Amino acid sequence: MQVPLSWYLVVAAALFCIGLYGVLSRRNAIGILMGVELMLNAVNVNLVAFWRYVDPLRAAMTGQVFAIIVITVAAAEAAVGLALIIAVYRNRRTVDVTQVDELKL
Amino acid sequence: MTANFFFNLTWLIPLFPLAAFAIIVLWTNRNRLLSTWVAWIGIGLAWVLGWFIFWLAGTYAQHLTAPVSNYPVPLFSIPTGSTQLQVGFQVDTLTGLMLFMVPFVCLMIFIYSKGYMNYGTEAVDSRYSRFFAYISLFACGMLGLVVSDNLVTLFIFWELMGLCSYLLIGFWFEKKYADPNRITPKQAGLKAFLVTRIGDILMLSGMLLLYVQTGTLTFKEIFSPDVLHKLATTYAFGQVPWATVIAVLIFGGAVGKSAQFPLHVWLPDAMEGPTPVSALIHAATMVSAGVYLVARTFPLFVAVEGGTQLAVVAFIGAFTALFAGTIALAQNDIKRVLAYSTISQLGFMFAALGIGAYVAAVFHLIAHAFFKALLFMGSGSVIHGVEHGRHHTSPEGDLREHEGHSHQGREFDANDMMNMGGLLRRMPTTGWAFIAGALALTGIFPWAGFWSKDEILADAWNAFMHGTEFGVAKFWPIFVWAMLTLAALLTAFYTARLVFLTFAGRPRTEAAHRAPESVPSMTWPLIILAIFSTFLGFFGMPWASQFYNLLGKYGTILNEPIPHGEFNALVAGISLFVAVLGWFFGWLLYGRKPLAETVDPLEKPLGPVYALLKNRYYIDQLYQKVIVRPVIGLAGAAYAFDDRIVIDPLVDGVGRFGRWVSEALKKFVDNPIVDGAVNGVGRVTAWFGEFMRSTQTGQIQNYLLVAVVTVLLLMIMFLARS
Repeated sequence: MQVPLSWYLVVAAALFCIGLYGVLSRRNAIGILMGVELMLNAVNVNLVAFWRYVDPLRAAMTGQVFAIIVITVAAAEAAVGLALIIAVYRNRRTVDVTQVDELKL
Repeated sequence: MTANFFFNLTWLIPLFPLAAFAIIVLWTNRNRLLSTWVAWIGIGLAWVLGWFIFWLAGTYAQHLTAPVSNYPVPLFSIPTGSTQLQVGFQVDTLTGLMLFMVPFVCLMIFIYSKGYMNYGTEAVDSRYSRFFAYISLFACGMLGLVVSDNLVTLFIFWELMGLCSYLLIGFWFEKKYADPNRITPKQAGLKAFLVTRIGDILMLSGMLLLYVQTGTLTFKEIFSPDVLHKLATTYAFGQVPWATVIAVLIFGGAVGKSAQFPLHVWLPDAMEGPTPVSALIHAATMVSAGVYLVARTFPLFVAVEGGTQLAVVAFIGAFTALFAGTIALAQNDIKRVLAYSTISQLGFMFAALGIGAYVAAVFHLIAHAFFKALLFMGSGSVIHGVEHGRHHTSPEGDLREHEGHSHQGREFDANDMMNMGGLLRRMPTTGWAFIAGALALTGIFPWAGFWSKDEILADAWNAFMHGTEFGVAKFWPIFVWAMLTLAALLTAFYTARLVFLTFAGRPRTEAAHRAPESVPSMTWPLIILAIFSTFLGFFGMPWASQFYNLLGKYGTILNEPIPHGEFNALVAGISLFVAVLGWFFGWLLYGRKPLAETVDPLEKPLGPVYALLKNRYYIDQLYQKVIVRPVIGLAGAAYAFDDRIVIDPLVDGVGRFGRWVSEALKKFVDNPIVDGAVNGVGRVTAWFGEFMRSTQTGQIQNYLLVAVVTVLLLMIMFLARS
């Protein structure tokens, strides 16, 4: 029995919502970053699921390629984000985002 | 003729001193020496050109006759409504004679001023350069006056001189005296300006009437026979022709300027100015401008045969000559004696004009300018010497000097003859030059005054004996003769008094005892003028009168030749006799034995008369009471009307009403509506900004939340629509 597309979408949506919740609710910058990673991977699940079900002949590799690009970007993003967090930590001795609000006028 | 070329340069003469004035005022006023030289060069050029023009005018006298001559020469014209005012200059023998006298006397006085204003000493006047600027401007006025060919420019230069006179009388405007009754230079300048203004108003109204009647103010056109005939035959009112009215009004200007009775009061007070000014303006040139004016407009005065105008001139002149002479008897201020003498001598000239003795009047005008300038400069030199002598005196010496002095407690007055005496030994050059001037003034043979005064008296006598000119009534010549002969006696007496009190005897004060002779720049002009005063008369001897040749012979001034004044041995004898008699009396009272005390020997025998003379017939007080006080009262009333009661309150009321209206507008319109709108816009903006500001928390998660919610909402809207 083949797992239907909707199951994948539900899992991806749940994963996205969990990531979004983490991003919105965590105070720790690393936690936020982790939430972002979850959201990105939820998108990846979607991409691959759509590729598998929307194009049954699997003539093009677009879904997989897109997912791999997203993973690459996520890696780069994690690197930049962690570097920023370390820089902030060195300056402020904290990674609490509510403490880092200097952009406010 | 080539002379034309030079005649055409005449208009440059007044420009030289004017240029000097401008240069001094604008550039050189910080450098005293340079200013002096600029003034000297300005007047020097005017002098050279003036004498050259005079010589040419004398040479070509017969060509300057009115119908033949090319003169006047128009320079430019000013549009005046429907007519054109031709501004130009003219040369005739009268102008030539004035150009002989004016720039030369000016030059002498300019040179003298250098020493008088203490150039090169620590006492040098703080406004030294300004003085030279003013006298240069004055010289421009006088020279411009004599070359003018019309009454308008003549009047402009006339007023320019009035202005300079005012500025120069008040030159030491900061000076104050301890005696509150003594007039200060500032007041004297004001007085001179205002008193002469009365005459000027008369003259201006005469000019206006003349313009209304003839439509021109150019001499050549006014004095053409047709115009004169028209003026003489059209009547202003009753049997009085316009010529008479206009002539009397113009004579009014001359009365003011030449300080004739009743407008003579300003001239003695004008002596508050520096002495070179007294010599230049108040003796030699400006005051004779009045005589010149009457001489210049003489055709108007003789347009009507036997008209009142000549009688007025003769009466005022003769009366003033005697009247001023009597006042001079009792004055102690050396310059005031000379001032009254000037008034008296100007009276001689007017009296001569009034009986038609034109040549004699002009002759006396020229001669008088020389010897009166000499006398004033001599008196200035004396005053200067006494002041210097005073500075060399120790203060203790002064105190001793003042004890038993009639002027005890008063400040020392260097002008007071009672403080002088014996100065001939101290100041020989000044003294002898002064005596030469005094002899000329009193008419001792053969000094200039003898010839000029004698010619007036002889003309008067001859007119009485052999018939008068211009239809003058027979009474006037003999009246003039009697008055002037008496005045000549007084002249000799007060001049003798002046000379003996100043130069003879022993010094009556320490200051006079120590008075030094003046510097060469002051004594040389005295010497030169003394020479002129001595020998000038020989050019006017009745049997070889150059003045007659210039003025009378060819009819250049009037439309017909003026008759020649005959020599009359009887008249000459009488006038010489009264002059000698005057000197004798003067010597008897003041020279025979030195004055024991500083009280005038005349004071006791004359009693109240002396007081009357000393107080100048109380005319100043009379004017003060009758004219000045009421005028000031009237001005006060007008001021009150204007400033306190009617006009100003009205104006203030209008202003206050306007202010009230604007206050109301401000309160009810501007503040609540206009300002409210403007402020409201600002406040709303500020409030909105404040509100929006609260959304900027700086919390990245808030922003993200907003973004997520917005996307969700958009998504719901999108789904709901599809």
